[in-house]
Amino acid sequence: MSNQTGVLTRSGVERTGQSVKETAVKRQRKRWPLSNWVRGLALPVLVILIWEAAGAYGLISATLLPRPSEILVAFKDLMVSGELFAHLKISLFRAVLGFLLGGGLGLLAGLAVGFSSKTEQTLDPTLQMMRTIPSLAVIPLFILWFGFGELSKILLISKAAFFPLYVNAFLGIRGVDSKLFDVAKVLQFSKWKQITTLILPAALPNILLGLRLSLGAAWLALVAAELMGSSEGIGYLIMDARQFSQTSIVFVGIIIFAVFGKASDSLVRYFEKRLLKWRDSFIG
Amino acid sequence: MALLQINEVEKSFETANGKVKALEKIQLDVKKGEFITVIGPSGCGKSTLLKIVAGLDTEHEGSVLLDNRKVTGPSIEKGFIFQEPRLFPWLTVEKNIAANLPVNIKETKESVKQLIELVRLKGFENAYPKELSGGMAQRVAIARALLRNPKVLLLDEPFGALDAFTRSHMQEVLLDIWQKNRTTMLFVTHDIDEAIYLATRVVIMNPRPGTIREVIPVDLSYPRKKTDVSFQEIRQRVLSEFEKVEEQQATGAIQ
Ligand SMILES: Nc1ncnc2c1ncn2[C@@H]1O[C@H](COP(=O)(O)OP(=O)(O)O)[C@@H](O)[C@H]1O
Ligand SMILES: [Mg+2]
Repeated sequence: MSNQTGVLTRSGVERTGQSVKETAVKRQRKRWPLSNWVRGLALPVLVILIWEAAGAYGLISATLLPRPSEILVAFKDLMVSGELFAHLKISLFRAVLGFLLGGGLGLLAGLAVGFSSKTEQTLDPTLQMMRTIPSLAVIPLFILWFGFGELSKILLISKAAFFPLYVNAFLGIRGVDSKLFDVAKVLQFSKWKQITTLILPAALPNILLGLRLSLGAAWLALVAAELMGSSEGIGYLIMDARQFSQTSIVFVGIIIFAVFGKASDSLVRYFEKRLLKWRDSFIG
Repeated sequence: MALLQINEVEKSFETANGKVKALEKIQLDVKKGEFITVIGPSGCGKSTLLKIVAGLDTEHEGSVLLDNRKVTGPSIEKGFIFQEPRLFPWLTVEKNIAANLPVNIKETKESVKQLIELVRLKGFENAYPKELSGGMAQRVAIARALLRNPKVLLLDEPFGALDAFTRSHMQEVLLDIWQKNRTTMLFVTHDIDEAIYLATRVVIMNPRPGTIREVIPVDLSYPRKKTDVSFQEIRQRVLSEFEKVEEQQATGAIQ
């Protein structure tokens, strides 16, 4: 539906006021047609082909940059031996636990601070100060306090996941259109209804953004935590392979991190699309 | 007995340049079922008056009585339509109208359905506000207020942002609602034709400080025609009052 017909039917609706259903049909969202997929895949496929060919003709060193097919074989071997799954399981366990702990607390703290300026005054300055401390800088401290075990890793991931959700939940609640509060007053909303039908839905876009950023941060922290020293996990797999110059396995690890990072991000975006379909935003 | 009594209402704002008197000695009685339009130059205190009647502004002199009870705060008895529709963007038309009331209760569902028909939005129950035009969104806002069975509907330049076609359609819709429901209306506008077209009485306001200059009854039967001689006569009367307001303002500015 072009813009022009949209305008025409709109004034038509105003005149008749009745049952012109077409305009209510959602602005036809562009489905991803095949050509878009092709456009997105063209570059990676081309790179892989050139890479494979260059490796096969000995133009690049196999220890620095193994061919895609070699990486695939390494991947298959790790799968068959069950090694990959074991490492992945422990990595996911750390990431999910750290994310739930840190993200959950971040969300709660953000909501608490958002709803009450008293809580804001007590909590926010301290939290903002802690936010500026880089995760990498606290690793030594965490190791001293909690040792090399799971606890220090999970806490490190929690710290990283805490702040994006905290900051964005806070922002979301404070960003609610004050004009809608007048509506809530005139309609005599109860406190509870004000929270559930006004504040939380209005803050949802920010909360979901915080969720995405928290997931990303948790994932990054996982890598840092596993590289700093562990005996299992995808990060360990990478470090271990590096010591024996098994570059293919290093690649497998990196690709796993990338794939899971992207997958978790896509999951949140899927929810964003479903939950925020009321938003009138630029599609591009 | 008047449904709505506005007694000696006065309101001043503290500003950086001292006190600004926005309203002075506003006295108005509105009977049940009346359609009052309030007209005056911008800044004469129309919105301030409406907010006071709505209970959104309680820091003023004088009193407002609705059904002989003093207005002390906002309530669903006084439906309020803002210039912008102010719908909840995350709720569908149906749920916007219900807002804090549960839609799954049979009675509410039935009333919502009837109201959607009354404001001529059948087929749009599940549309989101972003999919509506300005006029349609404003009709949702009107339905939302009507669902609460208000004793009086307060409208602050509700059609001010709409184009001429949409505006006249909205006037039809509102008159239709008024005739079917007999809801008492207090309607602020800056459009003279609109004021006369809708009202049983037109209230003309003076600016600085806001006072009621004149209340002109419009004894024309509905539906009215803006081209009729009798309509034009009233229009002339309102216009001449308006010119006096402007003259006063001009001389006031010189002094
Ligand atoms: N919150 C406020 N603070 C200070 N002055 C205000 C405020 N609201 C309105 N006023 C002043 O009161 C007068 C009447 O305003 P308003 O009721 O909005 O006029 P109208 O709706 O007729 O255009 C204006 O002079 C305006 O500047
Ligand atoms: Mg105004």
